[in-house]
This record gives sequence, structure tokens and C-alpha cells, in this order.
Amino acid sequence: MSEHPRDFTPARSDDDGLITLAILAVGGQGCGQLTDWIVAIAEANGYRAQSSSVPGVAQRTGATIYYIEMAPDTGAEPVFSLMPAPGEVDIVVAGEIMEAGRGVERGFVTPLRTTLVTSTHRVLTLSEKLVPGDGRADSAVVLAALEQAASHLVAMDMERVAADHDSHITNCLLGALAGSGALPFERAAFEAAIRASGRGVEAALRAFSDAYERAQSGIGTEAPAVTETPEPDVAGPERLRAEWAALEARLDALPDPARAMAGAGLRKVVDYQDLRYGALYADCVLRGAEADRAAGGEARGWAYSTALAKHLANALCYDDIIRVADLKTRGARFARVRDHAKAGGEAVLAVTEYMHPRAEEICGLLPARLGRRIEASPRLFGMLDRMVNRGRRLRSGRLPAFVLLYGLGGLRRVRRKLWRDRVESAHREAWLALAEARLPRDYAMAVATLDARRLIKGYSDTHGRGLSKFDVVLDGLALVEGRADAADWARRLMESALTSPDLSAVEGTLATIRSFAGEKETA
Amino acid sequence: MAERSFAREVEQLRIGAGQEFRGEGILAITKALLECGVGYVGGYQGAPISHLMDVLADAQEILSELGVRFEANASEAAATAMLAASVHYPIRGAVAYKGPVGVNVASDALANLASGGVTGGAMMIVGEDYGEGSAIMQERTHAFAMKSQVWLLDPRPNLRSMTKAVRDGFELSEATETPVILELRIRACHVHGAFEARDNQRPPLSVKDALSAPRRSTERLAMPPFAFRHEQEKVSKRWPRAVEFIMENGLNEFMGPKAGKVGLVLQGGMYNTVMRSLRRLGLADLHGNSQIPLYVLNVTYPLAEAEFLSFCEGKDAVLVVEEGQPNYIEQAFGSMVHRKGLPTRVQGKGYLPMAGEYQPGEMLEALSGFLADHGVTPADPRQRAPNDTQTPPVPDLSATVPLRTPGFCVGCPERPIFAAMKLVDQKIGPHQIACDIGCHLFSILPPFDLGGTTMGFGLGPASNGAFDGGGERRPISIIGDGGFWHNGLASSIGNAVLNQSDGVIVVVDNYYTAATGGQDILSSRAEHPTRNTNNSIAGAVKGVGVKWVREIDRTYDVTKVRDTLTEALTTPETGPKVIIASSECMLNRQRREKPLRHAAIGDGKRVVVPKFGVDEDVCTGDHACMRLSGCPSLTMKTLDDPLRDDPVASIDDGCVGCGNCGEVADAAVLCPSFFQVDVVHNPGRFERWYARVSGRMIEALQRRRARKRLTFEKAEMA
Repeated sequence: MSEHPRDFTPARSDDDGLITLAILAVGGQGCGQLTDWIVAIAEANGYRAQSSSVPGVAQRTGATIYYIEMAPDTGAEPVFSLMPAPGEVDIVVAGEIMEAGRGVERGFVTPLRTTLVTSTHRVLTLSEKLVPGDGRADSAVVLAALEQAASHLVAMDMERVAADHDSHITNCLLGALAGSGALPFERAAFEAAIRASGRGVEAALRAFSDAYERAQSGIGTEAPAVTETPEPDVAGPERLRAEWAALEARLDALPDPARAMAGAGLRKVVDYQDLRYGALYADCVLRGAEADRAAGGEARGWAYSTALAKHLANALCYDDIIRVADLKTRGARFARVRDHAKAGGEAVLAVTEYMHPRAEEICGLLPARLGRRIEASPRLFGMLDRMVNRGRRLRSGRLPAFVLLYGLGGLRRVRRKLWRDRVESAHREAWLALAEARLPRDYAMAVATLDARRLIKGYSDTHGRGLSKFDVVLDGLALVEGRADAADWARRLMESALTSPDLSAVEGTLATIRSFAGEKETA
Repeated sequence: MAERSFAREVEQLRIGAGQEFRGEGILAITKALLECGVGYVGGYQGAPISHLMDVLADAQEILSELGVRFEANASEAAATAMLAASVHYPIRGAVAYKGPVGVNVASDALANLASGGVTGGAMMIVGEDYGEGSAIMQERTHAFAMKSQVWLLDPRPNLRSMTKAVRDGFELSEATETPVILELRIRACHVHGAFEARDNQRPPLSVKDALSAPRRSTERLAMPPFAFRHEQEKVSKRWPRAVEFIMENGLNEFMGPKAGKVGLVLQGGMYNTVMRSLRRLGLADLHGNSQIPLYVLNVTYPLAEAEFLSFCEGKDAVLVVEEGQPNYIEQAFGSMVHRKGLPTRVQGKGYLPMAGEYQPGEMLEALSGFLADHGVTPADPRQRAPNDTQTPPVPDLSATVPLRTPGFCVGCPERPIFAAMKLVDQKIGPHQIACDIGCHLFSILPPFDLGGTTMGFGLGPASNGAFDGGGERRPISIIGDGGFWHNGLASSIGNAVLNQSDGVIVVVDNYYTAATGGQDILSSRAEHPTRNTNNSIAGAVKGVGVKWVREIDRTYDVTKVRDTLTEALTTPETGPKVIIASSECMLNRQRREKPLRHAAIGDGKRVVVPKFGVDEDVCTGDHACMRLSGCPSLTMKTLDDPLRDDPVASIDDGCVGCGNCGEVADAAVLCPSFFQVDVVHNPGRFERWYARVSGRMIEALQRRRARKRLTFEKAEMA
């Protein structure tokens, strides 16, 4: 059969007043309710309306579409379609920005006729969340496309607007739809539908109104203004604050991008341990910056110094039991938990921490010599593991568990004498030496060596896997060093390490490198 | 118990003649059944007619007022077998189920029912779902109608036509002594519309009355030698009578002008999509006035040859709009035209896609192509202007927008079962895993990626039969409580016992048939006034001879599920190993408990509401927790920290505090960033006192430490 391109314009036959409206949502957002409202509004205002949907999938977090058609009631019964057609949708309401993007992809949003009302917030899909690095789709790309694809765009973070009014997103979607002016009904008609639903009406109307006003005035359709993040306040005894100021001032010698990063890094390091540790950090970063300058870092935007400031801070602040206990017992953290629980003043909170220490972590907490001995002896190590390796639920809001965690957090003062510190220091020194040695020879390789540190994260097995990935990447870097395409291979190594949770992908890349690096050697 | 209550809507079932009914398709169908004086109804749930079962369940008061018996049948086979009541008695009966899976299960009973035929009208309402609405493979009920010689109705998808089809169907069934199938697509089931109601009718003979005066006749017995006669009777008497009835009563519709060079023949269900395409081509208006002759098949089997041939008269070609594959209708019409020697060309597939749902875009392309090929141009000049050149290009987002597949809901009790199974797989090695129909099938998708087959409802364990002899690692199979009672007890568990299976069977019990919306089954936990529930799955399993049975009554205990699975996989015990993992469907539980909880908090009662959280400065952003969870509530956020490259885990307000996050973090030894916070609303006096005292001491300790060190706190953002 021959191909038949569409020879006919998708121009709208306005004479019968048909309005088509598709709601693209994430299952569970409550857009069934929104659909019912729109049908009720249409029917109460001299229109005939029909809605249809594919439920089932809807509650189970998949993408779902509700479809509504309406036409002025002339007495004759209209024949409404049960499915939206590409190029023939007047209004698309999207409950999430990627769903709006899907509407564009499926041809429902067209520049010739479609008013698009969308929330700009994200409900991440599973595929985005499974990536060990950052697998999130780019909202900015989608938003830019929506602006091109829609005839009229109303976009705002309706999840946030709803939260501001302690209400539900459907109220905002209805408000924004009403405010867009795409439907021929008065504002009061929309509000009547919300009133008739009878639950949380006051909050719902406030959320509706906020979204309505924003849609009318176009607020929220622009990209959010970039806010200057205020520098965190430093709190503590006078003497320490003075020492801090002196230490921080030393960083002023650093070139610009590295200076900001080092500021954050220094705060992290001092917060983690103490000012002495901070001085160690500052020394190392300043020394690195000197070497950077010698290697022509200025022309490269001080990439080496900046990477060093970032990754060295993270390397110094390794995650151990002391760190976890310290963070979990702070006052600010208690406030954050209360905030997260949205608990009123009268409510009492009970917080349970899920911990699962293993022998490795306990060994790390022991004085260096003892820790080393136990880890070297499989028998002792096994015994220790049998003693400690089980899930611990700690009620940190209660005194006994709090005191235990508080005490563990207090070990901070002796941290530098413990076994874990020896292990971490040795690892860190070797890594820094490698980067430093590469710097004069191959600037990009040196930066890549520092960046590999990003792979080390997590606890227990995950941490172990991160370390292995780090090692594989360093092996790969060593093999490609000196090649013209070394930077490209470094990027590939990191990419494969960050996208796949296990080692297979990065080991695959390494194998590829081995295949040609080996050839070169034999050639 | 169903997830959606129709208690308010079913009041509309009482309205009488002259009043307007407004509502959803399935509710309208129920109303039509009552208007037809149906004597008994039943069925088995499954999208898209699940809600029909819920409507019937919620309408029990009205049903009993009218003397109508409602059965929640154990399976589609049981439902179809129930239509036996219409074999000897002049009682109308209707059952509902999902096609084609339901039709497959029902087909044994269907064949027997069709052979002997019926006295009272017997109707099967089958939900067929195509395209994105389809939860299952797409096959045609049409084939079953043909092989069993029962009639198939496919009405136009509006409430008036659908309710008329119910009336027509019963009359057709009685006039031809043949059961009928009413086929509805998913969107028609959920379409919102209106029709003019009639009065409900009491069945002239109720099933109760029939019991007092039993009837039988060997004429209708589906066994040789009578069945030989049925075989003849079906084609010599019932079929011709059906065609006659269809034509006499105008069940199919001719629309548009009588004459024309071309015409369209369509299944009733395709009507709205066809009309919309014609409107777009300027060949029809919004109110159904077409410039192209249409022949709308509200009955798609049997086909009325005389009607079709008269439609073809004078036409160069007709396009058969027939969704589904094979194209039985097109083939039949083609052969009619050929036998008759008509010059009319019968076309269909080719212009239209061979398989899958006919969406508006495809329909438009097919119709415009067919019409153009036969020299029909759109009437409306506006429609002829070229357009594509002036349409601004729309950016391609296919690489950006991620797929959003359905998965387990927030707090689903099945998630921890599969998290545990994944941990077992990681530890002992990969297993042969057979899945089954139900929500648990989401285990096949990421992040679990477990299992690769599903052979039918309740057949998960049976489909591991070939592996049940054992090997290096035991096979694992999954079955839900719905599938278990549907036919799994005999086909899967009994089968495994008889054959001395070495496999492990996991029964996922979520307190009712959760996937279809929470309908009751034998093991449902709720007390029910008209059903016998609370029957033990473990008792049934032991009853058919399983020796190794473990019950887990809180699936969120990932460590326990993992250890139980490991034990089942390694125990020297012979025979099937059955683990019954029970926790209530969280979706339904929340629906029930949330309003009660809000009320209790309002009343000043002590209520504990759990929620999970992530300490963002402890989380390192490796997302290992997500690869063992996939909970929609467990999501990510970017920290305002230049030192962090990757987003960290974060738990949103949708969290119901099921505990999975913490349990997984513990069982898989992930990280200590998860915490559970129980908010105690309206705490008791002692509780408040204790919280105050320990709070003060804690604060004192916190101040003590803060005094001796430097801390950096972000100023509160405005």
C-alpha cells in the first residue's frame, strides 16, 4: 500500500465549538478528580462533555492520559472521540514537566492551537534514579521545547504552589487552567467545582487562586531567578572563630574559582574534624595551586586547583561511624527531622536510626595498632564480625541511644589516632602524589586523577565497590597517559563508572583500553 | 473492600423511565441489566470490567430488592458455568470478565454452554483492551465467538448504544437460543456520558423460584449424541435465525448517504474514531452527519451477508475498519463479494495497521489514503490547503523524556519481597524464576529484574514444572493470592505436590485481589456480610499435601524474607517449599485508614504516624537504596553544596512509613542515612513529660558540644 502523507490542514473547525483537552499525568496524582471537575464545569455551563481514561495503570505510577471533549449543547448529540489525536488537542494539562514533554513527543502539543498548562516540578522516573551518578533528565531542555511547541504556555511549579497552601496539585492545575483562559468559562464556575467537592475547600481555593493569578500574570513561566546562596554563618567560641578567620584568610591567595570551592571545602573539613585538620587542607590546596600555576593552570581556568579543593575536602571527610554519630546528634539535625515530619508543636517525635555496623567499621574505630592487628587476623576479625554485624535500631530521640551516639561522635577528638585514619591517609597521599606527579606532564590527566575521587562514596559494600571503580579508573588512566586522546578516554572511564552500579561497565572500558594500549606496546 | 466505592453512584441505578442517567460506561451497563430484568449476575474482576464487579458488589441492596442473585465467581470458568441457569430456565443472566484472558479461562464452559444453547438470555460482558490500556497480550474474543458459534456485539461507544446493545443482546440470545458476548473496549467502560433511563424490571422468574420447580431436558445436554445434533442445529437453525433477527431489528446501522463511490464498514467500537477522522477531513460534522456511506456493525458476529452486499451495491470499494488481527470480518466480506461476483473491492488492512489499537492518527491516515485513492476529495476547502510547510518545527524530545513505566506503589508490601529475592540472588547466584499475573509481575521490571515468564493467572508455579526435578539451584515461582484461589491451588500447588516438585513457591498474599482493585477472595481478611472470607492459604496448601510451609506476616521484614527464602532454597526437605508472604495492599490500606486517622487525630486520640527520612549530609548519593527499592516516594534532590557532584536520596511527602527503606538498608548493609520518624499526635501526659525531660537533657548536651567547636549552619532561606 502506498504511503499517504496528510494532505489536509489540522486547522480547527471552529464552527461547532468543539474543545479537546488532554490531561497527561503521573499515576497517583489525582487527575481523575481533575477530569471529573472539568466535565462538571462544562456541563454546568451549557456544554456537553465526555471524558475517558485508562485507569488501572494510573494508580501504579505510570504515565497516564485522561481525555475530555466538549461542545456547546445545541440539542443534538455530539460524537466525541475517546482518544486524543496528534495535532488536534486544544488544551494539554500536564501534571509534571516530563509528561508535558511526552505530550510534545506524541504530537498532542502543537504550535498552531495548543494551550499547554504544566507543572514544572519533577517526579523522577525509576530509570533516572537507578544511576549511581546523576541520571536525571534535563528539565531545561524540555521547558525550552515546550515554549516552542505550545501556542500558549503556562508553566509553574504547581507542586510547590500547592505545598505553600497545604493543598493538592490538582487544585493548582485547575487554577492554572482557568487562569490560562483556554476554556470559555468564568473563574467562578471553576471555583464552584472545587466547592462542590467539599474537602479542604478553603486551602484548595487558596491554591487555586494562587495558580490562577500566576497563570493570568505570566508569573512562574520564566526561569526561576538565580538566588545568591548566603555564606553559612560560623558559630562557636571566640578564640576558635578568630583562628578560623585567619585560616580562611589564607585561602585568599587562591585564584578565583578555586577560592570559592576551597571556602566550602575548608568549612566542611573544619566542621568534620577541627582547625588543625583544616590547616592541613589549606596547606595542601595552596601547595597544589602553586603547582597549578607552574603548569599553566591560569590558561585552563584553574581546573586542577578547583578539582583539588573539591575532592581533597571529600577525601579528608571520609564517612565513618564518628561522622555519622556526630551528624545525627546535632541540634540542627533535630530541627530538620521535625521539619521533615511536618510535626506540629504538640506532637511528640520518636526517631529511629537504621544502623548496621560491620567488623570493618568497628576495626576502623580502634587505635591504629589494634585495628591493624585484628584486620590482619581472619580469626579475630571473624569473631568481631560475629559480635557486631547485625542491624541496630537506635531511638536517637531517647536519652540512652542519644548518649551512645553522642559518645561516638565525641571520638572525633581522637579520630586521627585511629586505624581508619591511617588507611584513609595512606590512600589519600598516594592519590595526591599521583595527581601531583602527572600535573607537569599532562594537565588533563592530573585533573582526571583528582576527579576519579568522585567514585568513592557510600558505606560498606557500596564503598568497597566505589573503591574498586576508583582503582579501575586509575589503572585506565595510567594506560592512556601520554596519548593524544587520553582526556577522551578518561571521560569514558568516568562515564561508564558512574552510569552502571557494578564494575562491569568500567571494566569493559578498561578492557578496551588494554586492547589498544597492549597493541602499542608490542608494536 | 474494593479500592473504589460506587456507593454514591449506584443510587442512580434506581432511577426510572424518563429520567436521565449520567455516569460511567460500566455503571450504565449495570443499569441496562436491571432494566432488562436480569435474574442473576456474576463474573471475575480484571480491567476494564473490574469496576463492573465493584458496581455490582456495591449495588447488592438494589439487586436483592429486585430478586437478582449476585455471585463473585471464583474464575471466568465458574462465571460462565453459572450461565447454566439460563439453559433450562427462562431466566436472563449476565457475567463479566476481561478478554482475552478471561475468555480463555471461560472457554471450556463456553463451549458446553454454546452447544446445548439457552432458554433465557445469557450474556458475557467482556472487556477488551488494546494499546496503552492493555495490561495483557492482545488477542481477539472474535475467534472464540466464531468457534463456539456465539454472537458477538461490539456497540458504538456511547451510553445510549451500549445500553441498547444489552437489550438487543438478550433478545437476540433468546430468539436464537444462543449465548451472546458483549465486547467493550477499555475507554468505553470508563466513558462518561448520559442516556435516558427506563424502569428496572424484576426477573419474571427468579432463580429462587426456579429452585422450587426444577427443569431439565436432554435436548440441551452437551454430550453425544445430543451434541451431534447441536452441531447441525447451530449452523442450520441458530445462525440463520440470528442473521434474520439482526436484519429485522436493525441491530447494525446504515449512516450517511445511501449512494456513493465508496463506503466504510466498521465495528461499532470504531465509530467515534472514524467520525472524528471524517470530521477532520471535512466529510462529517460533529453530530454524526457523514457524507460517506457508513455500515456500522454493532453485531460483528454473525455477519449479515444480505445487508453487506446491498451496502456494496454501486460502490467501487469499501474499507473495512476492523481492529485486531486476524481480520476475520474483512476476510468474510471479501469472500461474500467474491462469491457474489460483485465488482466492489473490499479493503482494510494495509490502509489500516495489521495489529494493535487504531488510534486517531492512524485512522486519519488510513481514511484519507483510501478516499484519495478512490478519488474522493474533502468537501471543505479549508481542509485542502497544504500545511506542513508552515508548521513550525517541534523539537525532538525522544532522547530527553524518560520512559515512565508502572511499578509498585508507595509502600507496596511486595517491594520488600523482591528486594529480599534480589539479595538472595546476589548472594547465592541467579535463579530460574517464574512469575504470575498480578501486581507482583512488576518484579520483572527494574530495579528488580527478576523472572521472565508469565503463563497465565495462577500458573506461575505450574510453569516451572519442567524445572521441578531440581538441579544446582532450585527454581522459584511466584503466585498471588488472587491467582492462588482462581486456579492455582489445583493447577500449581497440587501439581507440584503430585510431581514431588523441588521448587520454591512464594505466595504473595495482600489480603484480596489487589491488582484488580481489591475485590474479595476466600482468604480476604475483612469480615464481609455476604461473603465467607478469612480462609487460610496455609491451611489449603497443607490440605493438598505440602509439608514445608512458612508464613511471613510482615513482608517489610526484609531480613526475615531473605532468610526464609534462603532456607527454602537450601533445606534438604523434599517436595515443594511454600512461603506465604502476607501484608495488606498499601494503596487500599491507605484509602481506608487515612480518613480514619485524620478523624482520630481531630478527636484528640493518640495516633502514631510513621514516615521515613534521609539525612542528606550522611547520604553519599550512590543510590544503592533505589536499586533495591524503586519506591516512588524515595527520590533525589540536589544539595546546595559545590562539593557534591551527585544528587542525594530524599523522601517526599508521599511516604507512608512502610519501613522498606530502613529494612533494606539494614538487610543489604547499605548506609546509615535512613531514619524513621514516628509523629505521635495527641501524646499522653507521661509521654509528653518524658519527651520534655529527655529533650532538655539532649539539648544541654548539644549545647555543650556546640560551645567547644566551630559549626557552620546555613542561614535560613527566606
